Amino acid sequence: MTAPLIRVEGLTRRFQTGGGLFARPREMLAVRDVSLTVQRGEVLGVVGESGCGKSTLARLVLRLIEPTSGKVSLDGTDLASLSAGALRRMRRRMAMVFQDPYSSLDPRHTLAQVLAEPFRVQGEAPPPGRIPEMLAEVGLPASMAESHPHQLSGGQRQRVGIARALALRPEFVVLDEPTASLDVSIQAQIVALLADLRDRLGLTYLFISHDLGLVRYFCDRIVVMYLGAVVEVMPASGSAPRHPYTRALTQSAFVPDPAQRREIAPLQGEIPSPFALPPGCAFAGRCPRATDRCRVERPVLDADPVHPVACFHPH
Amino acid sequence: MTALLEVDRIDVAIGALRLLDGVSLAVERGQILGLVGESGSGKSLTALAALGLLPLIGGRVTAGAVRFDGQDMGAMTDRQRRALRGRRIGFVTQNPMTALDPVQRIGAQIDVVSRLHLGLSPAQARARTLELMTQLRIPEAAAVAEAWPHQLSGGMKQRIVIAMALAGDPDLIIADEPTTALDVTVQAQIIQILGALVRDRGVALLLITHDMGVVAQICDRVAVLYAGRLAEEGPVAQIFAAPSHPYTSALIGCIPQEGMARGTLRGIPGTVPGAAAFPSGCRFHPRCPRASDLCRTVVPPLTGTGPRVACHHPGGPA
Repeated sequence: MTAPLIRVEGLTRRFQTGGGLFARPREMLAVRDVSLTVQRGEVLGVVGESGCGKSTLARLVLRLIEPTSGKVSLDGTDLASLSAGALRRMRRRMAMVFQDPYSSLDPRHTLAQVLAEPFRVQGEAPPPGRIPEMLAEVGLPASMAESHPHQLSGGQRQRVGIARALALRPEFVVLDEPTASLDVSIQAQIVALLADLRDRLGLTYLFISHDLGLVRYFCDRIVVMYLGAVVEVMPASGSAPRHPYTRALTQSAFVPDPAQRREIAPLQGEIPSPFALPPGCAFAGRCPRATDRCRVERPVLDADPVHPVACFHPH
Repeated sequence: MTALLEVDRIDVAIGALRLLDGVSLAVERGQILGLVGESGSGKSLTALAALGLLPLIGGRVTAGAVRFDGQDMGAMTDRQRRALRGRRIGFVTQNPMTALDPVQRIGAQIDVVSRLHLGLSPAQARARTLELMTQLRIPEAAAVAEAWPHQLSGGMKQRIVIAMALAGDPDLIIADEPTTALDVTVQAQIIQILGALVRDRGVALLLITHDMGVVAQICDRVAVLYAGRLAEEGPVAQIFAAPSHPYTSALIGCIPQEGMARGTLRGIPGTVPGAAAFPSGCRFHPRCPRASDLCRTVVPPLTGTGPRVACHHPGGPA
């Protein structure tokens, strides 16, 4: 296998809250010792529920926030080793599409201004004809260049967010729940667009989502996160989940076929607070397979080269 | 058996804009009707009409009637309608975060419903509250009843909102996207709870959702709304086995699934039109793969027994 485009090693991020006049400071680990690689041309999915650390991971990978420990390399270069200027030049090669197309576009800017911004940040101006080309790339008419974001539908705004991310022809794009605030009909359009762009421009994606069905449809491999840590890395679709949490996620999704109705055994309880992590496996409190060992000892990702899992009692 | 809730060919307008056009549905006791469509199709408006709450947003029913247990809600006084809501009709909102009073303890917010509508004493009301909370699988109900809303998770808050909707012992529950704001595993819990309520208590449930997966999982019937008009309505088993309206099949095809070949998920081109710019003829025609000249000019009537469909070219693969 060739060297991966992205290599993440032991990435950890600690957050502190409170510590004001009256509040005691509290600490949480939003991301705990995450290691992963993304191959060139691959779509790597990251899936998990709220509070699992997937959006923090997305920001850490692009170094939009600093890790507490661990490192991220792009094409063999450690991002932390770069000077500010070198990092800015490196940023041409990576980009992000944000979840909320309503708040990620400046309402006072025209689309032409929105799309010119990545060039401005690099101290350049967009080449002539590039703005209409960018609009066309994401399926929007060139006549929209002078429109403002409020004149667009949610799906159109997200197309603008994608066009902006692709402005400087990056190789690697982090997609942070790009369809979570859209209707399913529009979500499907956006996913089809992302697939086309990947094929046409040879992009590599890190695709963050809470929707396991969507991730299994779109991604080559899937990283499953629970409370800040990776619990399983699933190979290409078709493989059965090994971790009880992944299994529960699969069973919680409703198939649009009344003939496949099932008596789901939903997980008991909800995700515990990341401020008070249990000592053993973070999932033990909700897990149907948990034993005494799970409650005291924390499982780590095993060494399986194809389908690693962090569980003492995997399926 | 007559339906408990009957929405009979209603038009709804806000100002000069006609937002719903001839929408009909019926929900019977012990039955779940799923009302689906994209944002802007008129789902929530239909729910507000059924609750008699349109005046809140400056809307009104301009034609047709909403009947609850045979009584025309349009002919009732405000006082009569208010007595119906909470007592016989329970409402579960989309966002449990804003449905609870942040400065009142959880238990008191549920108690007030049965005290007001069933005339229970404070002690009786609290006993009923705790019983409902236990039925909704809220652990340590007595402790949670003393908690404040901000201390609860999203899934727990949504259970509290459901408990409030049930406290008046209603015959009909209207739930507007009750799981949209929740995590997947918690959504599965809430859907299971709603299904059990209908089975065990024989209430009628009007479930508004944009998720055809949820409809397939628990609904008995489904009504598909598009741009203020009914596209298709009928039993879930029949409609999912053979959707007649191209919009229905497109909505089902939008759900990504395990094992679906890459590139097969295409979505529906375009977006739902606004009420100020509804297309002529069939309102779905600009986005429809089967549209013909007929569709562009003539409004398709809702026809059929069993499933009813409003399409000039129904059936077959879209």
